Amino acid sequence: MSKVLMKGNEAVAEAAVLGGCRYFFGYPITPQNEIPEYLAKRLPEVGGTFLQAESEISAINMVFGAAGSGARVMTSSSGPGISLKQEGISYISGAELPCVIVNMVRGGPGLGNIGPAQSDYFQATKGGGHGDYRLIVFGPASVQELVDLTIEAFELADRYRNPVMILGDGILGQMMEPVEFKVKEIRKGPEKPWAATGAKGRARNLITSLYIVPEELEEHCRKLKEKYDRIAAVEKRHESYFADDTEIVLAAYGTTARICKAVVDQARDEGIRAGLIRPVTLWPFPDEPYYKAAEHADAFLTVEMSNGQMVEDVRLSVNGRKPVHFLGRTGGIVPTKAEIYAEVKKIVEGGVR
Amino acid sequence: MLEELIIAGFGGQGVMSMGQLITYAGMIENKNVAWIPSYGPEMRGGTANCAVTISDREISSPVVTEPTSVIIMNQPSLTRFLPTLKPGGLLLINSSLVSADISRNDLRVLEIPSNELANEKLNNTRVANIIILGAYIESTKVVTIDSIVESLKKVLPERRHNLIPLNRQALELGAEFARLAKV
Amino acid sequence: MSAAKVFTKPASMTDKIMHFCPGCTHGIIQRLVAEVIDELDIRENTIAVGPVGCAVFCYDYWDVDFHQASHGRAPAVATGVKRVHPDKVVFSLQGDGDIAAIGTTEIVHAAARGEKISCLFVNNSIYGMTGGQMAPTTIVGQKTTTTPGGRDSNMAGYPVKLTEMLAVLDGTAYSARVSVHNPANVIKAKKVIKKAFEVQIKGEGFAIVEILSTCPTNWGLSPVESIKWLEENILPYFPIGEFKTPGEVSR
Repeated sequence: MSKVLMKGNEAVAEAAVLGGCRYFFGYPITPQNEIPEYLAKRLPEVGGTFLQAESEISAINMVFGAAGSGARVMTSSSGPGISLKQEGISYISGAELPCVIVNMVRGGPGLGNIGPAQSDYFQATKGGGHGDYRLIVFGPASVQELVDLTIEAFELADRYRNPVMILGDGILGQMMEPVEFKVKEIRKGPEKPWAATGAKGRARNLITSLYIVPEELEEHCRKLKEKYDRIAAVEKRHESYFADDTEIVLAAYGTTARICKAVVDQARDEGIRAGLIRPVTLWPFPDEPYYKAAEHADAFLTVEMSNGQMVEDVRLSVNGRKPVHFLGRTGGIVPTKAEIYAEVKKIVEGGVR
Repeated sequence: MLEELIIAGFGGQGVMSMGQLITYAGMIENKNVAWIPSYGPEMRGGTANCAVTISDREISSPVVTEPTSVIIMNQPSLTRFLPTLKPGGLLLINSSLVSADISRNDLRVLEIPSNELANEKLNNTRVANIIILGAYIESTKVVTIDSIVESLKKVLPERRHNLIPLNRQALELGAEFARLAKV
Repeated sequence: MSAAKVFTKPASMTDKIMHFCPGCTHGIIQRLVAEVIDELDIRENTIAVGPVGCAVFCYDYWDVDFHQASHGRAPAVATGVKRVHPDKVVFSLQGDGDIAAIGTTEIVHAAARGEKISCLFVNNSIYGMTGGQMAPTTIVGQKTTTTPGGRDSNMAGYPVKLTEMLAVLDGTAYSARVSVHNPANVIKAKKVIKKAFEVQIKGEGFAIVEILSTCPTNWGLSPVESIKWLEENILPYFPIGEFKTPGEVSR
């Protein structure tokens, strides 16, 4: 049988190995501990290195060093730990280094709790750390997609010399689903002539984000913007589920999108023309499908496990053409199919303005 | 077919592994499956539960809020999950540990004294949960006992494979109980 | 009779003119490191990790591959580099604020892990780059912009003796303090820096060398007065010497 039953966290870890990741630096935090635990066992089997750092800050800086040294490298954490990593993420982005960062989001702010949440969307897609930078952010919705996107994350990271974040949630990390590992041979990254490897027979390489002369930093930031524009032009991805002929379009990603799919099924059974547009890349955000859907849809409903973060991007995409409503649960609570369906019905019947 | 099952009890009763066995068996039978545990502080001594979804179609949502079946292994779980069961749903209770006072009459209810059965018939209380699993399979036909045994072979380490015959006996004991009870 | 060349720029140094303030001994330290790299013939085999602080531009002066680190994190970055390139020589340079305040965690745990890296720690008892604020190594009574009445131990505690602290860790193979305030000490300092590199090359483990340095600008003294102030105030508190050598058991 080609499929195996795996927890999301373990599947991400195995996918990283297949994607060519040879170095992992992390620090324990629930609900993602299966990732470091799996890699502590697995990486040595393939000649790689697992290191438990003394803090998330150290972990991301070890990633910084390994990425600058030319390796395929990953770290993983959850909300509070990802906050601590922001400084390093900013430096890695500034120095244009490839790496993969997994965030199995838990309830915040502060220590919050360990329930599933999507309240780190702003942090992931709008910065998080200081300065003008972007991460490529994937929002997988199944264990299979976690695997496929994690493998691809390493390719994109190297292609654009940019950090890629996998934005999951507690449920995705903990749930088990059958997965197929389509990549059979462990991948290898490209040659990296820019890396710090010892200046043997060549001019020395500098890995830095420091440009003390304003004109030089502006030039660097322009170069970064050109790269982000290039990424935005070709890497936007989404899934459209019955969204071509709708009166109401649901917008959701990750675990919430799975529940919204079930809501669409129920609505269609009961004669409501509902559809779902699910962003697969959260940055770059797939704005066009929402804009186009505004031609036939009367309304949009964004559903998130947050107080309303992605809804801002949906509103920017729809650009005022139709009302964009919002339903959110927070604190580690997952919205139920019943409450989303009730909201859909209310909007369709004109009860929500 | 869309089966949405919640199994709930105390940590250490085998709640998580029961769910995983059914999920694994569903995968062996080429069905679409998903398993989600409750995780966190609950894992350490308190109540634990997991959700299993098995379907012929692609699973839209693996998050189970209105289960079609519920297996109850302790008293607090009955209070918590009884109201969530779909009308016509199956309620399986370990009556050795839970006194059933069912406030609904729109359910199929099966009470199994599985600890007593395990002790008296198999001389091993550790398979009490497997007896309930057998009764669940007989009542829903969602997977076969053979597939569960097949899953056990994959899940158990080689040195524990000597326990497989006992587990099969427990599964069949539970199935027989359910057959006779005709839920 | 042809003239013998007795003094020349190390091959591992670039032609860049140093930015350090007049009278600051930081430039000597940069040069000593370059001389050691030359003598060990490891220029093409070395990756340096830099600080945030006065030596933030150290890569301008060393002609080796270089990796930046954020403030305090050089030992973590160096760990990442060394784990990817275990056969290369990896060293870091940090100031007192970088290594003994914001980056205490990183240096302690790099040492505890016995990372095979060489860490150079420049202690001038003040924050230089940001304009003379109190450092973790500021001497009790020393005036800085944030201890205008002199460091009061009741309010601001005592200087951190990091190098002694690291010597008690089993992961530390070599721990020493040197100074560069006069020629005799400069010669000694070079030997110790070289030893720290050799400890790494031999695979013996983690090495830390603290180098006492002056800061005439922020101490508000002339270069000559600075040397005197270092001898009278810093040396008594931060004694020169080796605290642990390879093979020695932790105390």
